[in-house]
Amino acid sequence: MIATQLLYGLLGVALFALGVRGTLADGPFLRRVVAWNVAGAGLFLIFVAGAYGGAAGADPVPHALVLTGIVVAVSATALALALARRLKEAARDE
Amino acid sequence: MSDLLVWVVALPLLGAIATVAWPRQGRALGVATALATLGAALGVLAQVMDGTSVHHELGGWSPGLGIGLAADGMAAAFLAMTAVVALAVSIHATAYFAPGSRREGFWPLWLLLWAALNALYLSADLFNLYVTLELLGMAAVALAALGGGRAALEAAMRYLVVGLVGSLGFLGGVAILYLTYGSLHLGTLAAALEANTATWGALVLMTTGVLAKAALFPLHFWLPPAHANAPAPVSAALSALVVKAAAYLVMRLWLDLFGPAVTPAAGMVLGTLGAGAVLWGSWQALRAARLKLLAAYSTVAQLGYLFMFMPLLMVQAPGPARNAALGGLVAMALSHGFAKGALFLAAGAVQQHAGHDRIRDLGGTARALPATTFTIALAGVALIGLPPSGAFLGKWQLMAGAIDAGQWFWIPVVLAGSLLAAAYVFRLLGHAFGPGERANAPFAITIEAPALVLALLATAALGLGAAPLWPLVGGLGAPS
Repeated sequence: MIATQLLYGLLGVALFALGVRGTLADGPFLRRVVAWNVAGAGLFLIFVAGAYGGAAGADPVPHALVLTGIVVAVSATALALALARRLKEAARDE
Repeated sequence: MSDLLVWVVALPLLGAIATVAWPRQGRALGVATALATLGAALGVLAQVMDGTSVHHELGGWSPGLGIGLAADGMAAAFLAMTAVVALAVSIHATAYFAPGSRREGFWPLWLLLWAALNALYLSADLFNLYVTLELLGMAAVALAALGGGRAALEAAMRYLVVGLVGSLGFLGGVAILYLTYGSLHLGTLAAALEANTATWGALVLMTTGVLAKAALFPLHFWLPPAHANAPAPVSAALSALVVKAAAYLVMRLWLDLFGPAVTPAAGMVLGTLGAGAVLWGSWQALRAARLKLLAAYSTVAQLGYLFMFMPLLMVQAPGPARNAALGGLVAMALSHGFAKGALFLAAGAVQQHAGHDRIRDLGGTARALPATTFTIALAGVALIGLPPSGAFLGKWQLMAGAIDAGQWFWIPVVLAGSLLAAAYVFRLLGHAFGPGERANAPFAITIEAPALVLALLATAALGLGAAPLWPLVGGLGAPS
């Protein structure tokens, strides 16, 4: 049980690190937005792995946090995409 | 009476929704919301004036389950400063946006930004802080993009990426703290916190994340283009309030939450970055070609002073000397909020009158816009830190604290920063008073008066009437 928890937790850490690296690296804006979402998913995985309680049941608080986090991530992604589109239109008009 | 805490957050939020529903009434609704929120904020300030703090648990849920709000002297001081600057920005904005421009987009975003600011000052729990940080970041990015030009959009995109990475870092720290201590409530966590690897990891992640949003040197690179390319009321809000809220959060985390984990050496790191910000930001402001770029770099510098207080607060024992430094820190932050709001609003008036904001070509401005030029000079007094401005009190306490703590090496930085600030303010005024042909403009009360009032507050009112500030913030975050 501890091994499973650790496996998921470490996977989350790896995703987080990869995602942050991709967001900060030079590259197309869309790629960076996707990388940011990967980092967020890694963080959510850490939360969920930490909440795992085996037979005793899971801690509900991290689940509520992850749910809120997903809503925030979706809105932030929407804003980023809208900005990217606006920029493309502005560049075309010039 | 703790209901007022709910209203300071709910009023701007309701106003934001109302301006979406009735976009044509945006200006009237915006100003009405601003007046009501200012009233609520001053009410909160009156409640904590005697040095107490007020708490409110939304919906009666016990702390740790529901959303908790809390206000102490420092939170109330920031709340009130924000409300005053926000009212000035709102009044200025009624006349700034020409009909047919993106005026309808401004009001909902601006009121949402204000609600996020107030919620951030009052949040008593880490996860709500994360949500308010994200709300604040997204509203700020959308406002920064309101100009619509290519430069503004590119700056907004960079701002968004920095903000998103910053909040991820913050959330990572929240995850570590929750999984280690099993709580998100600031008070509960502060009592349980120990200096161990997990705490340090959370401290580093959260501090770095929020510092990116606070634009502390060398993470300031996104600020000048984002603030300089936005419409003037937006620049004023971003520069005077948004970055200050992030700086406020760092102070809160270091003084209230991470007390047992932070060391004088860690404070020294923040102080050194702050000193770098003061020197680099002031130097870049001196070299800036445009008025709004000058104001933006000046923000980078002025934020640096706030962080230079940290190494002093880390070593001072609780007592009068530490309280004096804390009061100086808050005086500095409030003074910059008023002064930078005034400077950006005045810059908006100059830009609208002249059609540009190139400092070199501003000759004749003093004759055409005497009230606005006076505003710039008054705001300049507060930026330099001349008496009787609030910044003078702040810098005085900073230097007194440096001597008291045996860290004399901060003093030359403060002096050099003030000298550079004097140079960039006088360079600007020199051009404004220079010869130039310009049509005389009548005094435009909605455009020019709010900036003038803010500048007067920063320079005269805050400096002469700052005495209640010290009992208000005294005893905050005393190390245990």
